[in-house]
Amino acid sequence: MGANAIRHPPGQRRLSRLLNIGIPYLWLGLFFLLPFVIVLRISVAEPALAQPPYSLLWEWVEQGLLRIQINLGNFMLIRDDSIYLAAFLNSLWVAFICTLLCLLLGYPMAYAIATAPERRRVILLMLIILPFWTSFLIRVYAWIGILNANGLLNNFLLWLGVIDEPLRILHTQAAVYIGVVYSYLPFMILPLYANLTRLDPTLLEAAADLGCRPFRAFLRVTLPLSMAGIIAGSLLVFIPVVGEFVIPDLLGSPGSLMVGKLLWTEFFSNQDWPLASALAIVLLALLVVPFVFMQRLQQDPDEVQP
Amino acid sequence: MKRRSWPLLTILAFGYAFLYVPILLLILYSFNESRLVTVWSGFSLKWYGELLHNRQLLDAAWLSVRIAAVNATVAMVLGTLAANALVRHGRFRGRTGLELLLTAPLVMPDVIIGLSLLLLFVALQESIGWPDGRGFATITIAHITFSMAYVAVVVRARLARMDASLEEAAMDLGARPFGVYRHITLPLIAPALLSGWLLAFTLSLDDLVIASFVAGPGSTTLPMVIYSSVRMGVSPQINALATLVVAIVALAVVIAGFSLRRDR
Repeated sequence: MGANAIRHPPGQRRLSRLLNIGIPYLWLGLFFLLPFVIVLRISVAEPALAQPPYSLLWEWVEQGLLRIQINLGNFMLIRDDSIYLAAFLNSLWVAFICTLLCLLLGYPMAYAIATAPERRRVILLMLIILPFWTSFLIRVYAWIGILNANGLLNNFLLWLGVIDEPLRILHTQAAVYIGVVYSYLPFMILPLYANLTRLDPTLLEAAADLGCRPFRAFLRVTLPLSMAGIIAGSLLVFIPVVGEFVIPDLLGSPGSLMVGKLLWTEFFSNQDWPLASALAIVLLALLVVPFVFMQRLQQDPDEVQP
Repeated sequence: MKRRSWPLLTILAFGYAFLYVPILLLILYSFNESRLVTVWSGFSLKWYGELLHNRQLLDAAWLSVRIAAVNATVAMVLGTLAANALVRHGRFRGRTGLELLLTAPLVMPDVIIGLSLLLLFVALQESIGWPDGRGFATITIAHITFSMAYVAVVVRARLARMDASLEEAAMDLGARPFGVYRHITLPLIAPALLSGWLLAFTLSLDDLVIASFVAGPGSTTLPMVIYSSVRMGVSPQINALATLVVAIVALAVVIAGFSLRRDR
């Protein structure tokens, strides 16, 4: 650690360590880490008509003897019933397409903001963040009114004469894409912007001096250098979208399932807590790889001192 | 700077239109007399009137605001402690673990957080009798858990950018570390604390999925009411509510902007 480490007297330093490290650790350990252990435990339990609706197969038999029985039935069901496989594949596909769309729209925007005159940058960036502060649910709801069969978009297109009869957009996959890109765009733009503003402009000048055309310079210099931003933004969109519930539920078609919605249904409608837990475990296992990748890639902001 | 290219500016304009047109339409149609979005039948404030008499919605809003305020305050403290740990304590043992625990809530799908916390609360109730039923406390705890990660991001960035020489000077003049933190560090990172608090507040006010899992029968938050009414179809009352939310947020941003500017 560099400039920021301040040497305290040992007594106070120990106390400060205890407070600053111990308390967040305790909270997150108890309310973030421990719950996953319980999910794992219940994913191998059996559903039961009880309150809570599962029967644990781990129990203390007499004299501190632990009897563990594991019911892998839920995981077998997820593997064998094609509806679950289809939901997982569909979720990954939707997340992939949405990440790509966010990148295609977000990269030029981040680039334009990063190269804008300095005093305009703040306001442009503010305008990206601002919608994020209004309710997510309400912003998804706004699209229902727009994409409806007799909604604003269809009326507008009919009025223009582009189409003769209303398009069916709401409750299709396309509506999910629109909703996700709309909601997650700031998560793509912010890391890209942070990355692009840190880029050394003299590199582009050097490329120009050597006779490189601007577009080629962009492809050969800017794009490779902003790869860290691209990957960070993409993962910030991809990971949560795989498990997204609200957008597919409100905008998507009832026929094409996503894992988040399936988990919700198993839990709330079917009251099958063990199966919902097993779905959560599989989803978690799928997301561990991109998450670890993201964590690795992230440079420590405290280490980068100007 | 060289001249800006037209395609880039077009995409930028399209992007901003994409972000803002839906919100503007939402606001516009909150003043529409007709129930249908298709027709504009004249200016009216009747949906605002109905909103103010919707007892269920008002109760839910009050519950949500109280949860959000408690959440924001606790998350601000915990997030700041975590940021202190990461910026000020160097390579302590378990640093990677803490970073992992602070990043995961930012990207973890809500359904997983919600389900896992509910199962924790149920297991705790079975074994130690707490929490006795679910509601205000369980929703608040769940919200603090993910909000503190966002606060930590904001405060950490500010702490890392801070000029350490001020603290060193105070230290050289004999100030004790906790005194330095209170009189030098805290005032300097106050803007980050404020934006962390506001961020945590909005995140909590906005959460549907996690709250649905950990809420009890008697505790319905505002997003749950909005969600069930939205599932029934478009309702101008929700438009009116959205307009109020946007107005409050815009006001808060303007005030925060002014106070930050004065701060400089």
